[in-house]
Amino acid sequence: MATPQSTVEGAAPRVPLFYDPRVRGIAYQVLVFAGLVALIYWIIGNTTANLQRANIASGFDFLQGRAGFDIGDSLVEYSSDSTYGRALFVGFLNTLRVAIVGIITATIIGFIIGIGRLSKNWLINRICLVYVEVFRNIPPLLVIFFWYFGVLSVLPLPRESIDLPLGSYLNSRGLYFPRFLWGEGAWLVLVGLVLGIVFTFFVRRWAHRRQMATGEQFPVFWTSVALIGGLPLLAFLLTGLPLSFEFPELSTFNLRGGIQVRPEFLALYLALSFYTAAFIAEIVRAGVLGVSHGQSEAAQALGLRSGQSMRLVIIPQALRIIIPPLTSQYLNLTKNSSLAVAIGYPDLVATGGTTLNQTGQAIEVVAIWLVVYLGLSLGTAGLMNWYNARMALVER
Amino acid sequence: MQEHDLSFVRAEMVANQPPPVSDHGPVSWLRKNLFANVTDSIFTILGIALIVMIVPPIIQWAFIDAQWTGADRSVCATVVQGGTQPEGWSGACWAFVDAKFQQFMFGRYPMDERWRVYLTGFLFVALLTPLLIPSVPRKGLNAILLFVVFPIVGFFLLSGGAFGLRPVPTPLWGGLLVTLVLAYVGIAVSFPLGILLALGRRSQMPVVKLVCVVFIETIRGVPLITILFMASVMLPLFLPPGTSFDKLLRALVGVALFASAYMAEVIRGGLQAIPKGQYEGADALGLSFWKKMNLVVLPQAIKLVIPGIVNTFIGLFKDTSLVYIIGMFDLLGAVRQNFADANWASPQTPITGLVFAGFVFWLFCFGMSRYSIFMERRLDTGHKR
Repeated sequence: MATPQSTVEGAAPRVPLFYDPRVRGIAYQVLVFAGLVALIYWIIGNTTANLQRANIASGFDFLQGRAGFDIGDSLVEYSSDSTYGRALFVGFLNTLRVAIVGIITATIIGFIIGIGRLSKNWLINRICLVYVEVFRNIPPLLVIFFWYFGVLSVLPLPRESIDLPLGSYLNSRGLYFPRFLWGEGAWLVLVGLVLGIVFTFFVRRWAHRRQMATGEQFPVFWTSVALIGGLPLLAFLLTGLPLSFEFPELSTFNLRGGIQVRPEFLALYLALSFYTAAFIAEIVRAGVLGVSHGQSEAAQALGLRSGQSMRLVIIPQALRIIIPPLTSQYLNLTKNSSLAVAIGYPDLVATGGTTLNQTGQAIEVVAIWLVVYLGLSLGTAGLMNWYNARMALVER
Repeated sequence: MQEHDLSFVRAEMVANQPPPVSDHGPVSWLRKNLFANVTDSIFTILGIALIVMIVPPIIQWAFIDAQWTGADRSVCATVVQGGTQPEGWSGACWAFVDAKFQQFMFGRYPMDERWRVYLTGFLFVALLTPLLIPSVPRKGLNAILLFVVFPIVGFFLLSGGAFGLRPVPTPLWGGLLVTLVLAYVGIAVSFPLGILLALGRRSQMPVVKLVCVVFIETIRGVPLITILFMASVMLPLFLPPGTSFDKLLRALVGVALFASAYMAEVIRGGLQAIPKGQYEGADALGLSFWKKMNLVVLPQAIKLVIPGIVNTFIGLFKDTSLVYIIGMFDLLGAVRQNFADANWASPQTPITGLVFAGFVFWLFCFGMSRYSIFMERRLDTGHKR
């Protein structure tokens, strides 16, 4: 029974230094750090040697050079005389474009399918299940190829274009639809729209406050529709219908005029939307099922109608479950848009790949990719986290 | 206060009620599941209309109008396109898949060496099947055979160059063979590496933690294609001059690193779900770090995240198709490559090939997801209510 005494006396227990967890931790970290530094040193040494042998000057000066390749689909002005930097910028805009349009469409399809999966109607349920199981289990690249090679490239030539309603045409060169030509005073329509949205915002706040104070309700939805739809329409009528259309017209070999959506974009956009929608559908289903049964029963007990209980009780809680995985699906879609390179849609990876092949500046181009995609990821994640924080449960 | 008695005794019989609507049998099932109310009925009718619109044309295309045999493109093209089919014909060109089947499976692997692929495949199935059936004993030995012995045997069998086997360089490999090699190596590497990364990320040591976080977040933040480009363009730059590096190996490195970052996040989720008491209990028993992880924490954590792990595997399996972009011909790449074959080029060829490839991918991925559901049920030791 003398053992406790030894610690009281303050004599440090004789443990070999190697068994002290703190010493061990530091030793491990020093080892890891040293190994990492050595690895990086080795890589840098090899890389400079390799670059010297290949006669490639590192640095971002090549961005000023003449690109010399054409880009079929560009949102900003671009020609083969533009710089590499410009080409990469065009690619970046194309990535953003397909990502944003794809995210919107995938969300809509995904929510429809997800709610269909929850339907008590056996047939609807099964149809949605088949959709989800088919698209979840095949590679996105295959879906892109399917649209591009299987569907869009076997469409008829421009001369035998398929007529679609509203003066649109579909052929192997893409989808053509009329261009809107805004006349004089058209900016008033835009002003009307902005005013409508601003007014709606205030009306909603006022109505909410009044309902909290007096319990009286106000038809917010219809007022919003009237404001947002009505004000621009009023402006449109007052300025004398300042809108005309430029219809695509058939010339000898091609369609002239209108807006052309290229098959590469269409294939990528459709494939990404359909593919991601299957995942979003499952997320939505899991989210709604994740709201406990007691919540809908309580809403019923309060006398809410089924629509109201869905809108006021179930969905706000389901969104809390849905948003984090939904964010990662949005990011996945953005990242999958890089598959564009397989069908020649000029996104960031495709234009970067051409640049890389022409200049040999592998490290710089890959660095640009990393920075841009990391930036997009962090940006989307930040935005969704902000939204998530607003929706999150306010706990005591 | 009350003047009259409120009690009530019924004096006459109630009229007979109609018999209750049967609640079983097909009619009742239809009523309950398809025609419960007006909206339901409308949706059912819309659904039937959708099926009628989609399914018969698909059956017509895939089976009735399909061409099952033929020597070249003429059986799959209309007269105008230089074939034998009547104008307006549209059907699957299974003859194309039939003719190219060997290529879709093996790529350009030499004909007289294909027994080696068959043998490897047989070994793989023979080792994998008992591992997947829960009641078969000796799982440890089996796993060692599958994940340690098999890769060595498989490597020598497939690439040759030793034991009197003729060397078969990897550019000749292709088709489903490459897909499966990529998926197998990706899974076998990413699982242990993912566990290490997840442990590293939860480590108390700041340097280790930082390294793991940077690695995981960088890889998760960029598309697989950029990782593959990196592996194919930058890896040669990073190595001493003159080192030549097999293309397949570069793709393997890229895919495995990519999958392990995702795996790490899935496993971290499992680790976080284990109550602190488990860690402390293991510490109190005097277990070392690795024993604590191996015997107490990981078995529970991994069981919790089986669905996530299998989802990562499925994602990896699908992602192997991306190696086509860096110039390799996996199953999808082989199909895509054959669109250009002048002997078979017709409007129906691409879609038929893609449907075939899609079906093969679907079989594997669907199989994996079903197996994971089965395993989840089996391992469920009742933590859930």
